[in-house]
Amino acid sequence: MSAIAAVNDLVIRFANVNGTGSASANGLFAKACFRMGIPVTPKNVFPSNIQGLPTWYEVRVSEQGYLGRREGIDFIVCMNGQSLAEDIASVRSGGYVLYDNSKPLDLRLERSDVNFIGIPLAAICREEYPDLRRRQLMKNVIYIGALAALLDIEFEVLKDLIGDQFRGKDKLIAPNIHALEMGYRYAHEHFDCPLALRLERRDLVGDKIMLEGNVALGIGSVYAGATVVGWYPITPSTSVIDAFEKYANRLRIDAGSGEKKFAIAQAEDELAAMGIVIGASWNGARAFTATSGPGVSLMSEFLGLAYFAEVPVVLFNIQRAGPSTGMPTRTQQSDIFACAYASHGDTKQLLLFPEDPRECFDMAAESFDLAERLQTPVIVMSDLDLGMNEFLCEPLVWDDERQYDRGKVFNQQQLEEMSEKFGRYRDSDGDGIPYRTYPGTHPDKGAFFTRGTSRDPYAVYTEKSEVYVDNMERLLRKWESAKQLVPEPQLYQPDNASEYGLLFFGTSTASCLEARDLLQADGFALDCLRVRAFPFNQTIEQFIADHRQVFVVEQNRDGQLRKLLVGECDIDPKKLISVPLYDGMPITARQVIDHITATTRSAVVTPLRQQPARG
Amino acid sequence: MSYAKSTFRHPSLQPNQLGYDKRAYEGALSTLCAGCGHDSVGAAIVQACFEANIEPHKVAKISGIGCSSKTPAYFLGKSHGFNSVHGRMPSVATGANMANRDMIYLGVSGDGDTASIGFGQFAHVNRRNLNMLYLVENNGCYGLTKGQDSATTDVGSVSKKGQANPFTAIDLCATALEMGATFVARSFSGDKAQLVPLIKAALRHPGFAFIDVLSPCVTFNNTTTSTKSYDYVRDHVAATGAIDVIPMQQEITTDYQPGSSHEVTLHDGSVVHLYKGDVDLDVTCKVSAQEAIRRHQLEGAVLTGLLYMDPQSRDFHQMINSVKGPLRDLDEAALCPGQKALDAINASFR
Ligand SMILES: Cc1ncc(C[n+]2csc(CCOP(=O)(O)OP(=O)(O)O)c2C)c(N)n1
Ligand code: SF4
Ligand SMILES: [Mg+2]
Repeated sequence: MSAIAAVNDLVIRFANVNGTGSASANGLFAKACFRMGIPVTPKNVFPSNIQGLPTWYEVRVSEQGYLGRREGIDFIVCMNGQSLAEDIASVRSGGYVLYDNSKPLDLRLERSDVNFIGIPLAAICREEYPDLRRRQLMKNVIYIGALAALLDIEFEVLKDLIGDQFRGKDKLIAPNIHALEMGYRYAHEHFDCPLALRLERRDLVGDKIMLEGNVALGIGSVYAGATVVGWYPITPSTSVIDAFEKYANRLRIDAGSGEKKFAIAQAEDELAAMGIVIGASWNGARAFTATSGPGVSLMSEFLGLAYFAEVPVVLFNIQRAGPSTGMPTRTQQSDIFACAYASHGDTKQLLLFPEDPRECFDMAAESFDLAERLQTPVIVMSDLDLGMNEFLCEPLVWDDERQYDRGKVFNQQQLEEMSEKFGRYRDSDGDGIPYRTYPGTHPDKGAFFTRGTSRDPYAVYTEKSEVYVDNMERLLRKWESAKQLVPEPQLYQPDNASEYGLLFFGTSTASCLEARDLLQADGFALDCLRVRAFPFNQTIEQFIADHRQVFVVEQNRDGQLRKLLVGECDIDPKKLISVPLYDGMPITARQVIDHITATTRSAVVTPLRQQPARG
Repeated sequence: MSYAKSTFRHPSLQPNQLGYDKRAYEGALSTLCAGCGHDSVGAAIVQACFEANIEPHKVAKISGIGCSSKTPAYFLGKSHGFNSVHGRMPSVATGANMANRDMIYLGVSGDGDTASIGFGQFAHVNRRNLNMLYLVENNGCYGLTKGQDSATTDVGSVSKKGQANPFTAIDLCATALEMGATFVARSFSGDKAQLVPLIKAALRHPGFAFIDVLSPCVTFNNTTTSTKSYDYVRDHVAATGAIDVIPMQQEITTDYQPGSSHEVTLHDGSVVHLYKGDVDLDVTCKVSAQEAIRRHQLEGAVLTGLLYMDPQSRDFHQMINSVKGPLRDLDEAALCPGQKALDAINASFR
C-alpha cells in the first residue's frame, strides 16, 4: 500500500466532539511544530454549539512557509464516532488514519488505500483513570503522545509546552507528561516510528509569534490608550473584549489604589454598545466596541450619526457568514457593503483590512489615531478565521516615543486665547476636518450642540439647503484627506511584471500569494496588490490602470470589494474579474488557481501562458 | 420663528454664589409651540441649576429625539449638548459618563423616546445606577410626529385624534423603581415650586435619578378627554411632601416647622428635608413607594413628589472600581504599557 512520504509538509486534521477538552491538546501539536522552527497554520472548524457536535482542528505544516489552508488531508485523528465515516473518507489516498481501536472498526469504513493506525485509547484510559472526565481529557493528551512518535515530534518540546500550559497548576504537569509518554510508548511498540510522513527541526520561524487576531486587537487597544468599552457578546468577536479586559487587568491597574484605568460595560445590545462608544468619544475618551455582522446591522443608525456629527468611533468587525441564524461559526468577508456605506443617507465609512494578528495590533492602534484625526468611525474588518485562529506572524512592536494623535481638539488655553467665535464645523484648515472641543473644557467658550446635519458651521440649528450642501461637500473634502492618511496598499513586486493583476485583502493574502507562486511556476505571472484600507488611494487606481485585467479575490458571493472599486474609482467593470470564494472555510491557493484558470479558459482573458515578463 | 430674544433684564437679577446670573443658564430661543409643557420644564432646569450653584459648562446635556429631546437646546447654552438618536440617549449618556465621571449628566427624553423605542435602554441605565439625572417630559403622546398615542397614554384617554387608547399604560416611575433607580420622583411642568427642588436634589444624587415630569402637549393632547392635559393633571394630583435640599457647606436657613419634616442625609453630608404632604411616604423604602404609586393609580390619582431615594447609592464607577478622576484625562504615560511589557507578551506567544 502506498504511504504519503514528506518532511515538514502535511495537513493533519483532528476530528473531535465539541466540549471534550480537545482544543488545548490539539493546540499542543501546532505549538510543537512552531517550537521546532517549522511554519504552521492551525484552523478551527467548529459548530455553533457548546457541547456535543463535531468539531475539527486542521493544521497545515509547510516548510516553504505557506500559511494558507491547503486541500488534501494527509493524516486524520478520528476521535468522533459521529463523523467517523466522513472523516475516514476525507483522507487522501496514501494518507493515515489514527483511530481508537478499543472496539473493532466497522468493516464498511475500511479503505484499502489508506494506512490505519489503531490505538486502544479508551481501553488505556479506562485502565489508567477511574474518573470519567479525566478519561476524556487524557485521551486527547495520549494521542498527542502517539503522534510525537509517529511524526517525530521532539518529546522535550512537548514536555516544555505542558510545563508552560500548566504553570501555576504544577501538580497537573506530571500526569499530563505521563499521558504523553503512554501514547508515545504505545506507538513505538506497535508501529514503525517515525512514519514516512514526518517532521524535522528547522530554523524557519525566527522570532515570530503565534496568536489569534482578536487577542492582538485587544492588546492593540490597550496600547492605543482605549479606556471605554461598550459591547455585546457575539461569536466571533467576544474574544477581542476578553483579551482587552485580560491585558488591561494586568497592565492598567492604578498601583496605589488598585482601581482600573479603564471601564467596560456589557451593554443590553449592540445599539447600546455603539451608543456607549459614541458618548465616550464625544466626551474625549478613546472608546471602542467589537461585533460581527448582526451587530453591525444594529449599529448602523448610530454609525450614520457618528459620521454626520463627526464623532470618532472604533469598531472591530469580526466578520462571519450571515445572517444571524446563518453560519455563525464560518468565516467570510461579506460585510464590505454593510460597513463601507453603513447607515442611511450619504455615508462613507473608513475601513481597514488586517491580514494577520501583527497587523491587527498595528491597525487597532492606528484606528484610534485615524478616528480621532478624522473625527469619524473607523471599522477594522477582521474575520472569524483571523480572529479565532492562531496565526504565525511577526512579533508585536510598539515605539515608546509614539504619541497618540488625538486630532484637532481645542483645549482650555486655546479657547481662552481665541478671539474669533468657535465654529465646530468650520473648515478652517481647508482639509475638511473641523476642530472640536470636549464638554466641560471652558466656562463660556467652545460649547456646542451636537446633532445630525441640520446645523451651520457654528453648530447652530438651520435647515437651509445651501448650508446643508456645503457641509456635505466639506465631508467629501474630509474623505479626500482620509485617502492621504489611511494605510497604503501593499505591493509584492518592485515593478509590474505582468498584464494581469491579483488583488486581495485580509485573510485571503496567504493563499493568494501561494497561488501566485504556483501559477508563476506554471508560466503565468501575476502582479499582486493587497488592499489595506477604504477609501482607496491613488496607488490602487494606478495598479488597476496598469493592468489589462485584475482578478479580485474575496470571501463573499457578490464581489463586494470589486463593486466598491468599480463604483468608487470609476473603473470599467470588465477590467475587474471577480474570484468569489465564500463557502465559509478559510480559502486555499487551489481554489484561487482553479477560478483564475477557469476564467482564463472561458476567454475573458486570452493567454494562460503568456510571454516572458516585461522589464 | 426667528426674532431676537429680548435683552431686557430685570435690574434685580442677582448672581448666585458662583457669580453667574440666571442668564448664564439659559439657552437658545425655543421653537416649541406656545404653551408647551416642555418649555416650563426647561425653565425649571434653568432655575434649579442656577439655585444649585452649578457651573453651567460642567453639565453635559444628552437627549434622544422628539420635541422633548429638542429642549436641551433651549437651556444651559454654555453646556455641551448631544441630540442623539431616538430612544438611545441612555447609552450615549453611559459612554459620556464612563469617559468623565466628574461632570454632571442631564439626560432629557420623551415618553415615546423612553417608554417605546428606548424602553430597553431605559431599563438598563437604571440597572447600572449611572450617575445622572434622567428626566422625561411626559405628554402621553408623540408630539413631534403629530400626536400618536404613546406607551404612557392611559387606557381610555382620548387625544385630539379622537380615539380612546385601549392599551395598558407603562408607569415610568414604577419601572424605574423596579429596574434599580436610586432616586425616583414625579412632577408636573405646571408646578415649578415642586419641580425645581426635585431637580436640585436629583442633580446632587450620586447615582441614577429619574424624574417623570407630566408635561402637556398643547397641540395634540390637551383635550378635555385626555389624562395628560393641564386640567386633568391639576385636578387629579396628589403630592408627597415638598422637599428642600441643603448642601453640606450651607447653614440651614430655610424656615420650617420643627416636627413637620424629616431628613435624609446624603453621602456628602447634604441634607434633604421632606415636609409633610397630602401623602405620607417613607422615601427611603422602595416597597412603600411602589405601593403608593399603585394605590394612587387605582384611585385614578397622579402621585407626584419625591417617591424614593437610596442614601447609600453606589454608582456605576464604584461598582466597576474605575479610577477616581476622568478616564479621558489619562495620557500615554498612564495608559500605554510600552515595549518592555510587549516583549513579555510576545514571549508568551512563542
Ligand atoms: C428610528 C426612528 N424612528 C422614528 C422616528 C420618528 N420620531 C421622531 S420623534 C418621535 C416620537 C417622539 O415622541 P416623544 O419621545 O414622546 O417626544 P415628544 O415629541 O412627545 O416630546 C418619533 C417616532 C425617529 N426619529 N427615529
Ligand atoms: S407638538 Fe406638543 S410636544 Fe411638540 S412642541 Fe408642540 S405642544 Fe410641545
Ligand atoms: Mg411625548
